[in-house]
Amino acid sequence: MLPDFEEKGYSRIGLFGYDGELTSRVCILKPASPPTDQSILIDVDNLTVRQRGQTLIDHVSLQVRRGEIVTIIGPNGSGKSTTIKAMLGIIKASSGRVTKLPDLKIGYVPQKLEINWSMPLTVERFMRLTEPHSDDSIVAALTTTGVQKLAKRELAVLSGGEFQRVLIARAMASQPDLLVLDEPVQGVDFNAELEIYQLIARLRDQHDCGILLVSHDLHIVMAETDTVVCLNGHVCCSGSPKAVTNSDQFQNLFGARGAEALAIYKHHHDHKHGPDGEVIPDSRDGHSHPEHSHQGHADHGHSHHSNPDDQQDSRTAS
Amino acid sequence: MLDDFLVRALLVGTCIALVTGPFGCFVVWRRMAYFGDTMAHSALLGITLALLFEVNSGLGVFVVASLLAIVLVMLQRRADLPNDTLLGILSHSTLALGLIVIGLLTRAPVDVMAYLFGDVLAVTRQDLLLTFAAGAVALTMLLFIWRPLLAGTVNEELARAECSNIQPANIAFLVLLAAVIAIAIKIVGILLITAMLVIPAATARKLARSPEMMAVMASALGVLAVWMGLYSSMTWDTPAGPAIVVSALLLFLVCQVLPLKKG
Repeated sequence: MLPDFEEKGYSRIGLFGYDGELTSRVCILKPASPPTDQSILIDVDNLTVRQRGQTLIDHVSLQVRRGEIVTIIGPNGSGKSTTIKAMLGIIKASSGRVTKLPDLKIGYVPQKLEINWSMPLTVERFMRLTEPHSDDSIVAALTTTGVQKLAKRELAVLSGGEFQRVLIARAMASQPDLLVLDEPVQGVDFNAELEIYQLIARLRDQHDCGILLVSHDLHIVMAETDTVVCLNGHVCCSGSPKAVTNSDQFQNLFGARGAEALAIYKHHHDHKHGPDGEVIPDSRDGHSHPEHSHQGHADHGHSHHSNPDDQQDSRTAS
Repeated sequence: MLDDFLVRALLVGTCIALVTGPFGCFVVWRRMAYFGDTMAHSALLGITLALLFEVNSGLGVFVVASLLAIVLVMLQRRADLPNDTLLGILSHSTLALGLIVIGLLTRAPVDVMAYLFGDVLAVTRQDLLLTFAAGAVALTMLLFIWRPLLAGTVNEELARAECSNIQPANIAFLVLLAAVIAIAIKIVGILLITAMLVIPAATARKLARSPEMMAVMASALGVLAVWMGLYSSMTWDTPAGPAIVVSALLLFLVCQVLPLKKG
């Protein structure tokens, strides 16, 4: 689709409707900065994963560059985690290609990490799980995420927010070029969620690493996101949320709230998907994804975001 | 000194307890207790095949248990059956095969009891040397794969994403576990080997603050259990293997009532 635009180096933002039919909402926003080869950390080209006769992801392509934050959104079962796992070689891809920068160092924050009580594991020891870091670099990483006081604590007694910070600190301790986070704010309260997002943005600024993030929420992505990739088995649409919120066409499409200071990407579809991925036209509004269970959460988020203090916070963080 | 059967028993028991400690920790951490059991059940087939082809029984156990581990990994990838069902199939079919092969052994009658419950007091000098060699190799190899194996035990996906050698480490661990079972069967026998792996490790959990410390503690507790068991075997003429297991249980119970502050 639109090969000529892409060849000219334009970034493309599109929203596609029923079964691949283009619903006339493709706009060309600005010429993208010419992709220098060195800046691309990981290049995913038409990745397809089939398991037991089911196609989990279908020809997914995306790239992460140095210093870029890419957020993957999509309903449950849309293949967000599968995409990340196939990219990292945790599961095998059926076809497609993943090209990484040579010696690319990856830090991974998995979605679920069951704490096994049978193993005594302190935060400090957990930090050394895959690499033998020095004490200094462990303290530094824990300090970055604000949990240096927990170093001697057992992993199993941490709260959800503390645990996420420890997970992120562990992934950061090896100074990765690419930080991959699978739903990093899952199961933490809203204040912790904001703080973790601010932390991720700060890590990007300080370490100039690429960040690939899976969001648990269909409607909200962190403000500093450079590129949003919407998955539903295939890549539904992708593009920059800031460009999206500044564009007149997308103001209409995404609603005025999308242009709020905290650059929330309001993600509306004019269709929804059934449990097996079939497309169901939506007559009411764009809010009724059957999988969407965060509506209250999202609204809560907005009341928060319209608070001037919070906006201030987000600016100082970025 | 090595001529004294009791000294040999102490030495071989100590060596085996040192090895089963760290391996037992992984069995506990990875919830593999039933897998250890399955490997042990297959040991009867290994022993009888070894007798049939007149090779060392430890070698027979090692080969059969390793093959079993590989078959299990392959079945896990293919079949739509839960793990415990697969283990149940393998465990009892290898046991049945072992019993059939016993029937084929028309020559010297096999002392099945010795293999089921172990016979640490009948250890020869050759057994002793073999146990030392195999134990040293198993521990060294475990040390070598420690980091990826432990990372994969905490979280398989995380380890796969960040360690390059996670799959070889997993397979190496299963083969080494087969070797440990092959040598440990000498003292406690097929039926009790899982106890030697699991009980000292479970006891160490409460005393340790790190995985490494837990592994060392499990070894130490295992050695203590061996010494206690052999002592009671000498004093009260109890069968040595079961006495060692009961000693390990006593240590476990004592540690449960000890007022230790929780980590």
